[in-house]
Amino acid sequence: MKRLLSGNEAVARAAWEAGVKVGSGYPGTPSTEILEAFAPYPGVYAEWAPNEKVGLDVAVGAAYAGRRAFATMKHVGLNVASDAFFAVAMTGIEAGLVVVSADDPSMHSSQNEQDNRQFAKFARIPCMDPADSQDTHDLTLAAFDLSEQFDTPVLLRMTTRVCHTSSPVELGEQRINLPEPGKYPRNLTKYCMVPANAQKRHPAIEERMGEIAEYAETFAGNHIEWRSSDLGIITGGVAYNYARDVFPEASVLKLGMVYPLPQKMIREFASRVQKLIVLEELDPFIEDQVRLMGISLYHPEELLPAPSPYPMTKGIFPIAGELDPAVVRLSGRQAGLLPLADAGGAAQPMTGLPIRPPVLCPGCPHRSSFYVLHKLGVPVNGDIGCYTLGMVQPLDALHTVGCMGASVGVAHGAAVAGDKERHVAVIGDSTFFHSAIPALINVAYNRSNVITIIMDNRVTGMTGHQDNPGTGRTLQHKETKEIEIEPLVKAMGFEKVLTLPAFDVAAIEKTLKEWLKSDEPGVLITREECALLPSARNRWLPLEVVSDKCNGCTLCFRVGCPAILKSDVLDSKTNRPLALIDPVLCTGCEICAQICPRDAILFRNQVQNRKTAQEVAQ
Amino acid sequence: MKAEGINFALVGVGGQGTILASDVLAELGLKLGYDVKKAEVHGMSQRGGSVTSHLRWGARVYSPIIPRGEADVLVAFEKLEAARFIDSIKPGGLVLVNDYAIEPLSVQTTGVPYPGDEELRERLLQVTPHAYWVKGVEIAQSLGNTRAANVVLLGALSALLDLEESQWEAVLEMRVPAKHLKLNLKAFRAGREAVAAGVGARQDRDR
Repeated sequence: MKRLLSGNEAVARAAWEAGVKVGSGYPGTPSTEILEAFAPYPGVYAEWAPNEKVGLDVAVGAAYAGRRAFATMKHVGLNVASDAFFAVAMTGIEAGLVVVSADDPSMHSSQNEQDNRQFAKFARIPCMDPADSQDTHDLTLAAFDLSEQFDTPVLLRMTTRVCHTSSPVELGEQRINLPEPGKYPRNLTKYCMVPANAQKRHPAIEERMGEIAEYAETFAGNHIEWRSSDLGIITGGVAYNYARDVFPEASVLKLGMVYPLPQKMIREFASRVQKLIVLEELDPFIEDQVRLMGISLYHPEELLPAPSPYPMTKGIFPIAGELDPAVVRLSGRQAGLLPLADAGGAAQPMTGLPIRPPVLCPGCPHRSSFYVLHKLGVPVNGDIGCYTLGMVQPLDALHTVGCMGASVGVAHGAAVAGDKERHVAVIGDSTFFHSAIPALINVAYNRSNVITIIMDNRVTGMTGHQDNPGTGRTLQHKETKEIEIEPLVKAMGFEKVLTLPAFDVAAIEKTLKEWLKSDEPGVLITREECALLPSARNRWLPLEVVSDKCNGCTLCFRVGCPAILKSDVLDSKTNRPLALIDPVLCTGCEICAQICPRDAILFRNQVQNRKTAQEVAQ
Repeated sequence: MKAEGINFALVGVGGQGTILASDVLAELGLKLGYDVKKAEVHGMSQRGGSVTSHLRWGARVYSPIIPRGEADVLVAFEKLEAARFIDSIKPGGLVLVNDYAIEPLSVQTTGVPYPGDEELRERLLQVTPHAYWVKGVEIAQSLGNTRAANVVLLGALSALLDLEESQWEAVLEMRVPAKHLKLNLKAFRAGREAVAAGVGARQDRDR
């Protein structure tokens, strides 16, 4: 049976077919939907872990216990999980273990563009790199078999276009029936990586990679498509599609497993084509290995720029940004592989259009804190989540964003370095549980004066509403113990701990002003449900502007709410446009109503009263 | 219909139902016997950002992305997004514009004006004579829910592509939750009729 599946759904389906018992991970675009799609299958256990390292440790634990398992994360999640990743590379497993990492070329929703195939080489772990959903399904199944055959974890490296593209998949009939595992292993030389054991394991790991490289020669996921011998393309991952679209006549060596490489297959392919190129996204990962084999790649020096002294350089295709047929075609033309473009024909882009960058949604509970922080003018160290958008004009209230959990440590660093200004760290609930707890312990332990705002919107927002330890619900939306932030923070050693309703602009401002005067650390929790949660949506009530009170002072525009517009009506005295509230977008959070100096924006109860009065009048 | 396939680019603003529309087109392509790829970018914000979906039907589809200037069909759920993606259209291709504006915050913060209808119309005509404007939101509102505007546009598209109505409706039944199905079928038919009758929809021509 063929079904339309996204790459993420294909991983989930194949994991189920492969008899996987345990899936754990942390949400992160573009990987999030994998676990969400896996969780409803019968006979599986799936969970959101607080972070990727915990998620991978859990999967490792299941695989040690003889049950097939996988962990899912976005590319930067593997940085967090890398300690566990390197550790399990050394020990191997009792049952199949696959680590799914989704790279984000072009950084559609990420802070960097790291190519996680490099992690495979770094840790000595084989790596699968699928091209579409069917390929993902097949390579995921193969990954579990490979894992057990060679006693190794396997990295399944996805990319945004594979994760979020749907294409038909021929589904396997059913779930493999795996035998009940034996007793938990007591194999100290394999599973206790103390120096004496690790020193023996390392050469065995190197030997294992040699065996897998041999296996790669006949692995079904690696194959050659012979067409014209003029041009041969070695490719893997999503780039395979671009090779087929842009160079339909070329012979192609398609690598489903990009590490370790099938060297004999590559030599055979190279010897039978006139020109050989490597087409891959991001780093010259395959390209460098092929060069190291002493194989020369097509490189017309007269057409291409002189090679850079920097060793990580690609011959023909760009190293940064995702590829697409247009990019590949352009590079192909520059390298003399394709005829030059025909003149004209295509539409020119329209220039000078207003941009539509991501913004905090109307009714977002993060908005009020950023409005206050902007007003206070303090340096704010930010973190990863929706609230990163606090940096956007006109809120303009965030000065650093690096990686998950960095806000608190970065603010502490500035404080202990003696920066003259007081620092505020801003972090969301899910990111707090992910990696800010040790950083906050550090603030309390080493007594810097950092003020931390935990913006608790009761959900992991940016990735599309996942539950986390603070929501009181599991991945399956079942009720569970809700981990309370306040007692946790108090137990760390903070005396100043206060929770405020996130929409209370005046209280947030008053508290921050007071705390900034003292020299103590503090943790302010601003709490309000994400405006897009179903329970919050039920409370939406658009506010209204009283046009004879508004004089176009523009103060309400400074909250940066997409629901507040400039109307066509000008104030007779100030000659400035009056404010207008878009009833489709406004949720009635009242931030604008609170800051309006002329009471020109009606509060919810006023809107309600007005409606009731109108109904009565009718 | 073209035997070699169709490339659809669907553009809009988060929250407009662009993804559902592309889901419907993907299932329909599969039903019609095509290989299909549907690519979407989930941007950073839940609502209010640009949303793009690429949908390809063909005998064998490789790239998930449609290169610029190669979309046979552009469906724009919002006018500014139509302008932004004007260079994605293949010259002579089909364009369907929802006659609806969602002004981005940047118009206020940067002062860059929202483009006028006349300018967009002129520019579209330079690319193709097949540009249609549909009052999707207005039509949906008359049926009781502005959120069905995406399906009004699909109805209009079905009339322009000359594909059998029943196949579309079967896919809608598959993809739309049961409680919203009645409204969506109404919206679909209204969009289809709007194009056929030229009411709430019109084609731009050189004057």
